[in-house]
Amino acid sequence: MLPHEESTDSFKLVLLGSTDVGKSSLVLRYIRDDFREIVSTTGCAFFTQRINLQGKNLHFEIWDTAGQERYHSVCHLYYRGARAALLVYDITSKETFSRAQLWLQELQKYVLNGKMVIALVGNKSDLHDNRKVSTEDALAFAEQKQLLFMETSAKTGSGVNEVFEAVASKLLTLEKQKEENQHISRISLQETHSPSEGHRCCTSL
Amino acid sequence: MSAGASRDVGMMAEVSQSSDLAQGGSVEQEGADHQEHIENETCPETLQAPIDISEVEPTNTKLEISDKESHHGDEDDSRNDPNHSLLKAATDAINEQCSCTDGSLEDKPKVSDETEEAPSFMEQSGGLVEEEEMSNGGLKRDSKETTKEDKGSLDAGECLQQSCNTDGETDIMYDCSQPPQPMHTTGEEPLCKDTTDGKDTEMIHEKSPEQSNIEASPNETKLNNGLMDSEQRQLEDDYKELADTASDNTLEDSGDFPGISSVVGGVTSDASPPTTPVQREEDVTAESWRTKRKHVFVLSEAGKPIYSRYGNEEALSSTMGVMMALVSFVQSGNNAIRSIHSDAQKVVFLQQGPLVLVSVSRAPQSEEQLRKELQYVYYQIISMLTQASVARIFERKKNYDLRRLLAGSEKILDSLLDLLDTDPGFLLGAVRCVALPSPLRDSLSSILTKAITPNLVFSILVAEQKLVTVVQERAVIEDCRLDPADLHLLLNLIGASSAFQAGEIWTPICLPRFNPDGYFYAYISYLDPECTVCLVLLSTDKESFYAVSGCKKKIQEAMEAQNSLQALAGALRCCSYSVSLVGVPELLHFVYKPLDIPETYRQLPQFTSPETDGPYSSEEERQRLFDLYRYLHCRIHSSARPLRLIYHVAEKETLLAWVTSKFELYTAFSSLVTKVGAINVITKLLRWIKREEDRLFIRYPPKYSTTPVPGKGAKSSKSDRTDSSQNGFFTGL
Repeated sequence: MLPHEESTDSFKLVLLGSTDVGKSSLVLRYIRDDFREIVSTTGCAFFTQRINLQGKNLHFEIWDTAGQERYHSVCHLYYRGARAALLVYDITSKETFSRAQLWLQELQKYVLNGKMVIALVGNKSDLHDNRKVSTEDALAFAEQKQLLFMETSAKTGSGVNEVFEAVASKLLTLEKQKEENQHISRISLQETHSPSEGHRCCTSL
Repeated sequence: MSAGASRDVGMMAEVSQSSDLAQGGSVEQEGADHQEHIENETCPETLQAPIDISEVEPTNTKLEISDKESHHGDEDDSRNDPNHSLLKAATDAINEQCSCTDGSLEDKPKVSDETEEAPSFMEQSGGLVEEEEMSNGGLKRDSKETTKEDKGSLDAGECLQQSCNTDGETDIMYDCSQPPQPMHTTGEEPLCKDTTDGKDTEMIHEKSPEQSNIEASPNETKLNNGLMDSEQRQLEDDYKELADTASDNTLEDSGDFPGISSVVGGVTSDASPPTTPVQREEDVTAESWRTKRKHVFVLSEAGKPIYSRYGNEEALSSTMGVMMALVSFVQSGNNAIRSIHSDAQKVVFLQQGPLVLVSVSRAPQSEEQLRKELQYVYYQIISMLTQASVARIFERKKNYDLRRLLAGSEKILDSLLDLLDTDPGFLLGAVRCVALPSPLRDSLSSILTKAITPNLVFSILVAEQKLVTVVQERAVIEDCRLDPADLHLLLNLIGASSAFQAGEIWTPICLPRFNPDGYFYAYISYLDPECTVCLVLLSTDKESFYAVSGCKKKIQEAMEAQNSLQALAGALRCCSYSVSLVGVPELLHFVYKPLDIPETYRQLPQFTSPETDGPYSSEEERQRLFDLYRYLHCRIHSSARPLRLIYHVAEKETLLAWVTSKFELYTAFSSLVTKVGAINVITKLLRWIKREEDRLFIRYPPKYSTTPVPGKGAKSSKSDRTDSSQNGFFTGL
């Protein structure tokens, strides 16, 4: 019981994407429900957020990384052990979308056997007049790579909570599957174990 | 106003040469352990202080000064006889020289083979060299700069000066890295004669075509388009090549992020030029851009724009090309351009490794002060990238676009430049502390001293951009202290990044004065919801985030237990004080930097000053006051004629600056104050500061924290991360 509870408790989530796509704004909207003109993140910013989903308490450890090249050396440290990632791009910039695809390749090097929940997030959906990346393209890409996909606007708040919740519920589903697997293995372990234990009991008696 | 200026220059000469000439405006007083010279500039025409200052700038080229003096000397002869005669005595040779240059300066551009006789300038540049030595600290310098020059033999030949007549006068000053020539003292001979080195002479003639170039573009805005275009094209071609080597060119550690360029393929080759923030779209051809008070440009040796204070660097690439052309032209003669002086503007150059920094300023600041500001800009860049990696990047790729790595840092540089124009701390090389009752400060320090983890070297508590306390680790920093410049850069970084206000930040940062080539890892977090109190923990281990974050928890808990945060908030409310607290109505403002700090404590230099309220509540007035302080600072610290005491009557106030072995003080009085009155006020002020000094300054800095036994320090909040203490920092010790 105890180990399984711990593992559902805390999830490490990283935000990746080019400079100026709104990673920090997304986090700020999610954590504080606030929007500000933010200057670019320095290094990495660490946040924690507790949420309650499907009657379970989840604990997000959010790593908001800086998009700048000069910080790559530090930020990759935090892919390690990450259970979820948001790949953020700016719908008004094709470049950031291509960049997000690269981030995905980069990320997959660090991900152990595809256990990571990855969401593709098209931010700045409020600027749809300047849209350069069509929803269809992004969706197609997301489907091809089996990513969650959503368009958000940190400015208006649309879709922000939804993205995090979708990631959280996907994580929970994965956990549940894992839990079931573990359960099976535990039972089998106990099965093999119990005779020996019984045996020991017997000998001690 | 310029009359006042000319007298002022005369006084300078007087003070340094004969201190017994206490007549007229110059008063000599007997100080406790030094001589004090009071200079009186009673001329009511010292109205436009800025212009006044720019004219008396000691670093002005001789030509300019002497030219003006000869004119004003005539006008003022009757009014200011003693001064003028002294001036004459001091600058006799120059006046003669000037009378002939006057005529020749009228219409055509002329390379005036003028002699730099004036000892002031020679010493000045000697001082500059020293200054650079000092401020560079551990920085590597190219061989040219390092050439140790004997101050005594730094002669005129090393300080070439050429002038041409554009709309006003434009003087180009650059010093020579040739082996020093013997001291030359006869002022009348043309330069090419006295510098017997053929190279110098040759260079002057070579310079001529360049001169006419400057002629054509007095404000460095027009350029040789053809040349730049082709260069530009070539550079653009290089982008593509660059894309393939991008990962090599990134930070030293970015081998950790390999292969991105290889995956990028076609994507990055057009994506690699950084996306410049849209806000910087200022029309660089507009008059409003041209008339900015101070421009700062950073470019690479290949002439590639890196940063501009105003306007988009991209749009300025041609202007920067011209700057680079100037730099490299002078360089080709084994020389280094230092500054260009014109009537309204100064252009100051600073070359640091592969970067060239240029300041174009209308502000009444000395060349030295402008260069120091450029040095700060350079340091701020280094603080993000380290000197070693900048050098390495440009070694591999001469025309690398450094904006790739500096993307997003424009705001930090902008805010630094704003601070440089408002915060006396940069000028004084001192930090401002939060005024706190000393028991509270001590208790906060002891909290910091206790929350330690391996590799944690500095714990800094900051409130409202001011220092509360700093604790340093014994083993690492015993013989090295945190430099105020590093702290300024750090505080600027925090202030400029509102992103810090949420969450816990973990970022690599270099403290250039401490070690220009290495990174610290800074943990930055606000301790209160209002984001006034900020904790900065510097570690040498990039993996130690969770351990350091654990320290913060410990600090926060201890603060809660002792209720220190509330106490601090209470103290902050009355932390900034009004000058009226001193209780002397004549005193308008002051800046005080104590110098009697016990060396054993390796204390940070500090300063205090009241709020700029009363007459200085408006932005313009504040700027004006700061300009006056700058002026006094430059006079006090003039390497040619350092002064102990200046009594300066300005347009709206009277100022007195005073340096002793115990303090450095700048004061502004209402203009009705008399000399005696001012001295009385200062006595009262000093007494008040003495009474308050425990509150205003960190008098007794906290003891060093000691290296924790691994495992004994703060518990890591997450056990999945082990504190690897295999950092180079510790093993090296």
